[in-house]
Amino acid sequence: MADDADKINGAYTAPKQERAKPDPPGYFEGESMTRRRAFTIAAQGLGGLAGAAIVLPAVGFAVAPIFHRGKERWEAVGPVGDFVEDTYRQVVFTETEGIGDAGKTTAYVRRGSELFEEDPASFVAVSNRCVHLGCPVRFVEAAGNFICPCHGGVYDFQGKRIGGPPVRPLDQFQTRIRNGQVEVGPRYSVTSQLEPVRARDPGEFTGGIWEYLYPPRPSTFPPP
Amino acid sequence: MPKIPLPKIPDSVVPAPLRKPAKPGQGGTAKQQAPADLKSSPPERPTDVQRLGDKAKDAPADVLAWVDQRTAASGFLTGMLFRKVPKGTNWFYTLGSATLFAFIVQAVTGVFLAMFYVPSATQAYASIAHINNDVFLGAFVHGMHKWGASVMVILVFLHMGRTFFFGAYKYPRELNWVIGVVLLILTMTMAFTGYLLPFDQRSFWASIVGININGTGPVVGPYLSDFLRAGPELGATTLARFYAIHMLLVPGAIIALIGAHMYLVVKLGTTAPPWVRAEKPKVAAPVAQLDAGTGGDGGSPRNGGPAA
Repeated sequence: MADDADKINGAYTAPKQERAKPDPPGYFEGESMTRRRAFTIAAQGLGGLAGAAIVLPAVGFAVAPIFHRGKERWEAVGPVGDFVEDTYRQVVFTETEGIGDAGKTTAYVRRGSELFEEDPASFVAVSNRCVHLGCPVRFVEAAGNFICPCHGGVYDFQGKRIGGPPVRPLDQFQTRIRNGQVEVGPRYSVTSQLEPVRARDPGEFTGGIWEYLYPPRPSTFPPP
Repeated sequence: MPKIPLPKIPDSVVPAPLRKPAKPGQGGTAKQQAPADLKSSPPERPTDVQRLGDKAKDAPADVLAWVDQRTAASGFLTGMLFRKVPKGTNWFYTLGSATLFAFIVQAVTGVFLAMFYVPSATQAYASIAHINNDVFLGAFVHGMHKWGASVMVILVFLHMGRTFFFGAYKYPRELNWVIGVVLLILTMTMAFTGYLLPFDQRSFWASIVGININGTGPVVGPYLSDFLRAGPELGATTLARFYAIHMLLVPGAIIALIGAHMYLVVKLGTTAPPWVRAEKPKVAAPVAQLDAGTGGDGGSPRNGGPAA
């Protein structure tokens, strides 16, 4: 943006006097560029190539985890008989290995209920990670609600949002039965109609156009 | 206000070529007054001890002269340290230096913390407890780093406010403002990545919230949070990643940009405060007309000039 200050400091923009330039040294009639220019371009190109050979692997090293999906992990959380359909049982299991207690997460597990048109033989595992910003929610038995301590998010018995800042229902974990034990597996997110979609981070909407604005990540598992 | 004279630089550190010659009639005590008759009273030869003493006295200047001859640093340093500042320069102008000092404190204490800290998810918390409870003055150094981080962020914003309200971001200092904004972002990155390192409940959950806020940006957000965590969940690599960003990547960038920031400050000079009126030029110059016409900055950016 040129202002008055530029005008008085205009030495740099003063019109240059045109004059016939002598041919540069090393110039031969009919050549498209001088040797000096050819060597300059070659040297800069080689330097750029050498730089890229160092920088690109380093960048790839840093961003590779985005495209890496870990091993699917299932963990038994208790015998089938421990879970009922009208309330949740809190279970703690390891979601991320190698970091001790910090890698553990909490889920609330119940048996499928005909009230919600679920298969009575199936199990529902609701993640305790608030979908507002990731604080741990707590199932309050007296109210039958999940309540977040951080910013007052409230979810109903199924995990659907009924109050506060959360943007979608609580995440769930896949479940299966092996040897009479209920096992929980990869995390997945749900839309407001509780349809499973790939796991999203807290704060990200699901369903409709949001599936494109918050695209699924390659590091997550396909929904059941 | 009385004019404060420049401090006298002791002769012992001024290289001989730059030393001012003694005025006639003063100084030069030793070699003055040759005796009238050299034969009857020959001058006393200096003893070896005296000669050694003289050499020792000249040693600092000799060393400095040796360095100066090879670097020409004295010209640069004189220009930088004795540069002129505009009238009205006040305490608000120290906020930038204060921020620099806060950064140096962070760098020094950070180096010593790194001697004891273990960036591993299973050992980080224990190593911080070890620093705080067992290491001599460990809690003090850790506290300096922890509270110094807040001090630095506060000073950065005060410095930014000073620059804004004094109009010091205007021509020709726009680029320095831009560099300063990048430095602000880098400082916030330092604060964010450093918060996870103690790996206690507070830092763990605060980092989860912070990463999730990053993730709410449309389209790129989910990938950005995966990049920060090095995976879909906060894991062992996350801490190592934050540690590398906190103590290798960003500090290097900050040091480089502080260098550029200060180079421009010295090159362009500082502004006078907005309440200081420009002095009327002694000779009517076209610059004055331009000033009157547009109210623009007509003066030399060096030495302050009129307030920008």
